Order: sequence, then C-alpha cells, then structure tokens
Amino acid sequence: MDSIIGKPIDRKDGPLKVTGKAMYAAEWNIPNLAYGITIQSTITKGHINNIDTSAAEKLKGVLGVMTYKNAMQLHTLSGSDPSSGKFAEKDLLPFQSERIFYNGQHIAVVIAETFEVAEHAASLIKVTYNEEKPVFDINQPEAKIYQPQQGLGGTQVQVKRGDAEQGMSNASTKIEQTYNTPVYHHNPMEPHATSAVWNGDTLTVYDATQSVFGNKNAISTMLGIAPDKVRLISPFIGGGFGSKGFMWANSILAPMAAKFINRPVKIVLERTGQMFTCAGRRSFTIQKINLGTDNGGKLTSVKHETTSETSFVDEFVEPAGVATKMIYATPNLDITQNIVRLNKGTPCPTRAPGEAVGTYAFEVAMDELAEKLNIDPVQLRLINYAEKNPDDGHRFSSKNLKECYEKGAQSIGWSNRNIKPGSTKEGNFLVGYGMATATYPANRSKATVRLKLYQEGNAVAACCTQDIGTGTYTVMAQVMSDALGLPIDKVEFKLGDTIYPQGPNSGGSQTMATTGPAVRAAALTVKSKVIKLAVADKKSPLYNQTEDAISVDEGKLFVTSDNLKGETYSQILTRAKMPLVETEITTNVSTRETQKSESNPTTKQGGEQGGQGQQSGGQQGGSKDESKDNPFVKQDQDLDRSNVAFHSFGAQFVKVLVDPLTCMIKVDKVVSIMDVGQILNEKTAKSQIMGGAIFGIGMALMEGSVYDENTGRIVTRDLADYLVPVHADMPTFDVQFTNVKDEFISPVGARGAGEIGITGITAAIANAIYNATGKRVRDLPITPDKLIV
Amino acid sequence: MKLFTYKQADGVDEAIKAASTKTISKFIGGGTNLVDLMRENIEQPDTVIDVTHLPLTDVEELEDGSIKIGSLVRNSHLAANKIIREKFPVLSQAILNGASGQLRNMATTGGNIMQRTRCYYFYDETACCNKRNPGSGCDAIDGYNRIHAILGTSFTCIATHPSDMCVAMAMLGAKIIVEGKNGEREIAFTDFHKLPGDTPNIETVLQQGELITSVVIPPQDFTKNSLYRKVRDRASYAFALVSVAAALEVENGSIKNVRIALGGVAHKPWRAFKAENYLMNKEVTEENFMLAAEEELKDAKGFEHNSFKIGLAKRTMVSVLKELV
Repeated sequence: MDSIIGKPIDRKDGPLKVTGKAMYAAEWNIPNLAYGITIQSTITKGHINNIDTSAAEKLKGVLGVMTYKNAMQLHTLSGSDPSSGKFAEKDLLPFQSERIFYNGQHIAVVIAETFEVAEHAASLIKVTYNEEKPVFDINQPEAKIYQPQQGLGGTQVQVKRGDAEQGMSNASTKIEQTYNTPVYHHNPMEPHATSAVWNGDTLTVYDATQSVFGNKNAISTMLGIAPDKVRLISPFIGGGFGSKGFMWANSILAPMAAKFINRPVKIVLERTGQMFTCAGRRSFTIQKINLGTDNGGKLTSVKHETTSETSFVDEFVEPAGVATKMIYATPNLDITQNIVRLNKGTPCPTRAPGEAVGTYAFEVAMDELAEKLNIDPVQLRLINYAEKNPDDGHRFSSKNLKECYEKGAQSIGWSNRNIKPGSTKEGNFLVGYGMATATYPANRSKATVRLKLYQEGNAVAACCTQDIGTGTYTVMAQVMSDALGLPIDKVEFKLGDTIYPQGPNSGGSQTMATTGPAVRAAALTVKSKVIKLAVADKKSPLYNQTEDAISVDEGKLFVTSDNLKGETYSQILTRAKMPLVETEITTNVSTRETQKSESNPTTKQGGEQGGQGQQSGGQQGGSKDESKDNPFVKQDQDLDRSNVAFHSFGAQFVKVLVDPLTCMIKVDKVVSIMDVGQILNEKTAKSQIMGGAIFGIGMALMEGSVYDENTGRIVTRDLADYLVPVHADMPTFDVQFTNVKDEFISPVGARGAGEIGITGITAAIANAIYNATGKRVRDLPITPDKLIV
Repeated sequence: MKLFTYKQADGVDEAIKAASTKTISKFIGGGTNLVDLMRENIEQPDTVIDVTHLPLTDVEELEDGSIKIGSLVRNSHLAANKIIREKFPVLSQAILNGASGQLRNMATTGGNIMQRTRCYYFYDETACCNKRNPGSGCDAIDGYNRIHAILGTSFTCIATHPSDMCVAMAMLGAKIIVEGKNGEREIAFTDFHKLPGDTPNIETVLQQGELITSVVIPPQDFTKNSLYRKVRDRASYAFALVSVAAALEVENGSIKNVRIALGGVAHKPWRAFKAENYLMNKEVTEENFMLAAEEELKDAKGFEHNSFKIGLAKRTMVSVLKELV
C-alpha cells in the first residue's frame, strides 16, 4: 500500500478558494448587514476633547456613530494565553475612555447602510484633542528602558549560564557588534475583519483569527456574557503571520456596534493606515552580540542583549535571544532582554517571534566570527555543533542538522564561494554566497477531535482549530485517510467553528503537530470499533480474526495475509444497521519547556484524560470523550518526554548578485534544507518554507516601517510605501527535507514547518551580500543606498 | 470619499466644456491614481468627467516621421507598440518599469503625465503639505524624506514626480498637445511640469478646462540606441529612487549625440541638459561620463534621508551611458 503521508497532493480547499466559494470573515452574506468604519486618533498622546458626530449622523443612510461617549461597558480580560483568549491591548479596552495612547488608536465606529456612506460619514466627524507630549522614540530622554520578567507564555528572556564575562576574557578571538532590525508589519492578504450577528442574547461572530476558541472566550468575557452564548466561525483565514494571534479591537467593536444599532454589523480594517496601526507589528530590535572563541573556533562565551519596544497598554517582548540559548554549544551564556514603553500600538507575535530577528543578528555575527577566525562558516558551525540541547542538557527528539549543512552546501555550490569578499563577478554582477542555521521549537499542545465514520463509507472529523492558509484541511485529511484506510476523497476535516471540540490556536507552528496526533488517535479508535464489530459478527468474512490481523485499504478491511478475505466499512455498518460509528478523542502533550511539567498527564495523573476537553467549553451536544484508557492515546501520552528537547533545524544557503554601480541586489538562489520530522504533504510543507524565505527576502532587502520623527505617526502606511517582495524578486528555490520521522513528538512524527523557514534566511542573504560586496550592513533592510556609502 | 457627480464625455469639445466651470472637476482616464486620491480625501472633485470614450486612442506615424500618441493610449498598448519599440525602445522600457501589469492596462498616456507625487505626507491628510493645502507647511522637509527630490526643490516642497514614462518622454524631446476652449496649443515636455517654487500646488502649466489630447515625439534616429534604468528597493512595482533614460550616438570614439533625463530626483522629469552639453563631442570614457554626471548634480541638495540619491544618480548615469556605448 502506497501511503498518502507525505504525498504532495493539492489542497482540498483549493477549488473553493479559486472559485470564491471559500468564505472569509468579511464575505458572509448576512441579511440586513450594516457597514462599520472605524476612525482613528490623529494625535499620539493625550485626551479627546470632543468628538462632533452631528454632521455624520445627519447624513442619509447613517445608522449610528459609536464613541467612548455612548459605547457599552466592557469587562477586562487579563489573560495572556492566545489559546484561551488574549486581547492584544489589555489596558486599552476600546471606547471606554477619552484617553489616547497612540496615533492610529480607534476612537469611533461609523455605521451605515452602505460602505460608501459610512466612509463619507467618517470624513465628516470632527475631533478635537488635548495633546500631551508623547514618547515614541527610544532615543527620547523620557523613554524608560527596563528588563521584563518573562516573554509570551512564560518564556525565559533573561538567561545566564556559566560565567559569560570570564568566558569572554578567556577567549582568544572575540567580536562585538550591534545589529538593528526595523519595525515590521505582517501584511496578511486578508485584512482583519469581523461580522457580528446578535440573535436575542446569543451572538455569532465571523472573524479572521488564528485562535477561534481564544477569540470566542475573549469576546464573551469582554462583553460579560456566558461563553456558550457566543459562536465564532472562521473557516478560512487569508494569512495572519501572527497578527491574528491576539485579538484586536475590530473583533469586539463589531459585536458592540451590532448591539448598538440592533443590526448585524461588519467591520473591515482598511489597508491604508489601519492595518499599520491597529493590527499589531513586530517591534524593532537593537541587538548587541559578543562572541568569544578559543583558537580552534570553539565558543567560550556568548552574549546577546536585545532591546525592543512595547506600548503603554500592554507588554509584548520580541525575544531575539530565544534561539541563542540552544543553537550552539557554549559553556558561558548571557542573554539579556530590555524593553521600552512607547506611545505606539502594542506589538505582537510575528512569524517566528524572537527567532526571525534573533537568528538574523546571531548568524551574521557567526559569519563575522568565521571571517575573523579564517574558518569556513559551515565549519565554524560544525565546530560548535550542539549534540544535546545546551539549555538543559536534554537529548533532542531528532536532530539531523549536519545532513542539512552538507546537502545545502552541495546544492548551492558552496565550493564556488570565494573566501575573499567583493572579488568575484558573474557577467556585470558581483556574486556572493552566504549561509546560516535555521531553528525553531517543535511545539505541541492539546487537541480534541470528534470523528464520524458513516455507513456510506466516508468519514468526517472536526476540531476547532484553524487553517490560516497553510494547509490544515488537506494535511489532516491525509492523516485521516492514512489511519482509516480510506481514499482521500472519502475523508473530510472540518475546523474553524466553536461548535467543534477545541483544538489548538495557530501560533508557534503547532497546529499540525498538535491536531495530527488527535486526528490519528480518533481515526484508529473508530477503525478499531468497526473491526471489533466485524470480527464478532458471524456473517462477516472477518469473523473470529484477531484485530491485529486486519488491514484496511481503500475502505476495505481484509485479513493481512489473505487480502481476498474482507469487506468494506460500508458493508459492516450496513449489516449492523449503524448509520455511523463515532468517537471523540483528546491528546494532551506539551513539548514546551515551560509547560512540560504540568503536561504529560498520563504519566502524572495515571491516564485521567477524558472530560478535559469539555472544560474548555466546546462541546455542544457532542459525544463523550473516549480518551481514557484508549490504547492509541496511551501509546502517545505514555511516552516519557521529560528528558527530551523538541526543536526543528535547518540550513539556509543563498547566492546573490549585486550590481556594482547601482547596488541593486538580486537574490539569485535560495537553498533551504529543513529537518522538521515526518513530512505529511511535501507540497504544503515546501510552500511554508518558500514563504518563509520570501519573508526573509523582505526582511533582508526592503521591509521596514517608518514612524515620523516629529509626530510619531506611521509614515509607511500602505503597500506602496511598505514594500514586500514581488514576483520579480523571486529567486530559484530549492527546498529539501530530511524527512526523518520524529518518534518522540507524536506517533505521527511530524513537527511544525510554519515558522522555521523565516529563521536564518535573512542572515544567509546578508552574509551573501557581504561576500559579494565586502560591505557589512548591520541595520536592515539592506537597500542600495547603504551599499553605496 | 466625498460624493461627486459623474459625467461621461463623448467628444473632446464636450469634455472641455464640462471642465470649464467654477466647480472642481477632474478628467478620469484609467483612474489608477485619481481614484486612490479620492478615496484618501486628497482629491475632492465635485465632478468627474470620464474621457475614456474620446477618440484619442491611436499611435500614428505623421508625415514628417513624428509619432503621435493619443492621450488615451493605455500604457500597456504604448509599451507594446511596434513603432515605439523600434524607434524609441527607451519609452517602452520606461513604461514597463512602472506600476504593474494590471495598472498599465488601465493607465493612460495623459493620466500618466498628470499623476501626482507619492510623497507620504501628501497622501496623509493629517500631515502638513503645501501641495495639498497651500500654506500649511511641509512635513517632509524635516521628516522622513528618503524618496524625495534633490534637484529643483524649494522651501515649500521637496516632492518628486513619480512617472517613469515621463522621464523617457522628456529625454526624447516630446511635445504635449493640449486643447482648451481657446483651441489647441503645444507645450514642450520639459516645460509642462513645473518646479515647486512657492506654489507646489500648481504642478503643470495646464489651464483649467484644458485636456491633453496627444503627445508627439519628433523623429530622430539616434534614440534607437537608448536605455532606461530604474534603481529601486525591489525589482518591480516600486517607485524609482533614481532612474535614468538616455540615448547615445558615438562616432569615431567621440559623442555625436546624447540625451539624458533623470527620474525620482525632482518635482518634474529632469532633463540633464548640463550633462548633455558637457558630453557633446567628448571622448567616450567612463571618466567623462562621471564628470558629466558631476556637472549635472553640482547643484543637487540632499536632505536627512535622501542624500544618497546624489551619488546614486551619478552612478546610474554612468551605468546607463556605459551600456549604451
């Protein structure tokens, strides 16, 4: 039997997307829908003196203008975990006061019969302010820098090992450099959008979110209503990249506005301005790195000090040092995180928060170190290769990074690299090669899956998680198809609706790694139930066989040693007069260091599993959880993971061409060799890695948000001024996988591939540019002007 | 967006008449810039006059060998036109270096000439901008001015003209034909756009009610050897940091004919007359190209974030001229 696992099959939802049938949050055809447009503060700090809405309210077609004067009262939501609901700005509940904390803060919603009227009415609203002096630049004397206790989810951001000072003074070769990365915006193709419909005291919300359950909880808490009064629907998301991980104001403003005018209301953030102020961003970072080695290039000490920004209404840390503690072996380590509060919106996770910018700075520093040591950059990484996790001494669940370096070097033609920078030409262009290590944690958490196998011979599984464009629908169907022995077109995976049992939020590259094992266990449970039916049934050709002796393929159950002896799922259920066989399974394994101790409940609590899914509130008339004593769940959860570290790795190799006169840079080729465990779908996995590389090209060459130095208002406020890579910037991509099944992460063996692609790539490009030009630019992006100097 | 009246004109006279009123009116061709500006409340016309039905959609060769381009010829069509590609490859290249395929399919020749600056502060209605709101000041001069002008700036405005097509047109010595209620007149391309001076809100010499009907490029053989190079932050769909259009004719190692224009450096497409004069009859050497570039940029003035453009403009001029040899 040819397994469907790993096959590069097309997305199951592809036809829906290209025919416009895939419904996104702003596209639902809701009867009597009104259009809400939000308007934003044009000052950076102070108070609203008055909002004059009279002209807008008089306009024909305007249904209401909601401001702090008339908006309903909200309840504080202080949780910080996006899976259970995280409002991005906990101290700035929308429309609860006249205070202004940043330029671009929502201050009113204009609701009208049509979008055009709402837009025109919005332009008629007159706002007067009492301005105060803002602090929006870290260089202002009023800017206060402090050290945060921890990062998102309790991650350690201040990490010390050994004696970094002593290690540095023992070093024979040292480097010290500072690297700057600008503010980045996520720019998902789909803007943040919410439609809200009240029916009596129950609320249905169509939202664009990476945390369907989290937003449901956040909305019900903030409105002060019971969670079971809110249903959140989000079957398709047009990209998030972290910006839809926390909940932003639009998700609560739409329900408030719908209540306000007693009609369904839709709010879509405008690309211009709004998507650059009210939907999160990645903080800038200033990263100071010290590296010290012995004569042979072995690291004796590593220091990585990061400064990033947050707002006055919440704290979010961009922990650039997070990968530094485990990427290479070093006895002495000092990771420091500083943060500054500014009058700007609150930053939030952005694809590989910490790692994306951290691996840029650190892996460029390694390149500088290699040059100083006169050691090949690949060799320097091999000298400092960490066989065990340097952070805790644990073994890695599966690490095949050496193979990645080897394959990457071969595929890019590393032997063509001239060690002397700025000295090799191809035609009129300077040519350069660079490389870097990629790494990202292999996260996994808890998921509950309900699965039904129907008499007709098809199966449907449901779990309230998300497909943020990454392929969850398709890949989970492949896991189902494989475990049930059904053709791919006979299985369907449903997600993105809180009527389904709770699955993970889409953050930390965990969706597939978390949901996959639960889908697998549910499928195997149902398959086992049907086999038990058959072997007990005298009329079945499988009668009296042992369960182990039976295989399934293409929907047919047969004796493995005699495949003529068998019958289909459909035949068994028809004879048994059962319309369907179903189960509900929860798997709960945490691979995160901070949560490991409280997880692995089987080993801790002796298998108490069933029912935990219900507590989180997703079960609306669903079946009983059958996880307790379930052999498939036990097989997964009984595995001792206490001394195992879970990380993915990879190697990024890049070739660039640089015009020596105009200094325009062309990334010519990107080779990404990724070690992310078992590949479930080669096509979607490759797309993830390629997407990460495109993000990296953006970071390296063009992206960066600019704030006006006099007002603190965003300058690069649309996609004409904030550049992201376009087709013409695309290099040749060569993405390869080690495809080694990770026996520790889950019986599925797959680790997430969503974020690792953005790690290392920016450094590899920057290192290649140095190799081409001999110019080391340490503040991103590397634009032509910086090479001309 | 402010509510407005839409009118469709079926003839040139009708269009001119509709625009010759006291209220604010705008002609709309492809709308690729005007609609953006209306959505952002930057342009607030009372009347939008649709001119896309006017018979100004042909590219024709006149008896004297000139090429007449109707003002409604779409950018895509103009770039793909066989005569243009043969005689003035630089024009085709310049157009194809601008915007995106979808935009070029909509954008017209006349509209391209009339497009407005991409200055961030011009586009943000909360910012001070003498172009948008005369007398309010200029936030760009002390603000983020990386994409701004280095030549011909004033104390009121440092915006650039964003067109690629116009740089090639200026280099080719084209003429703009306009029609108004007093009839037709002809304006040299290099005279059409104005430097900001004290009135950055007045961007061209076009009078109220006048409509661009065509652009005429005079015949000249040596412009077959021409090239457009655009330096920008990404490979496509970005405005120029600096661009150069040039044509060169060399005879016996010395320069017989040369034309150069720069984009992304001024409030108008910048014809490099000084560099051209310097190079005439000079020997073809990289050094001479650089000296000519130095001559052209002698009066250039950089601001906090855009001084690099001075060096970049010189390098790009040299790069293009070298390739044309």
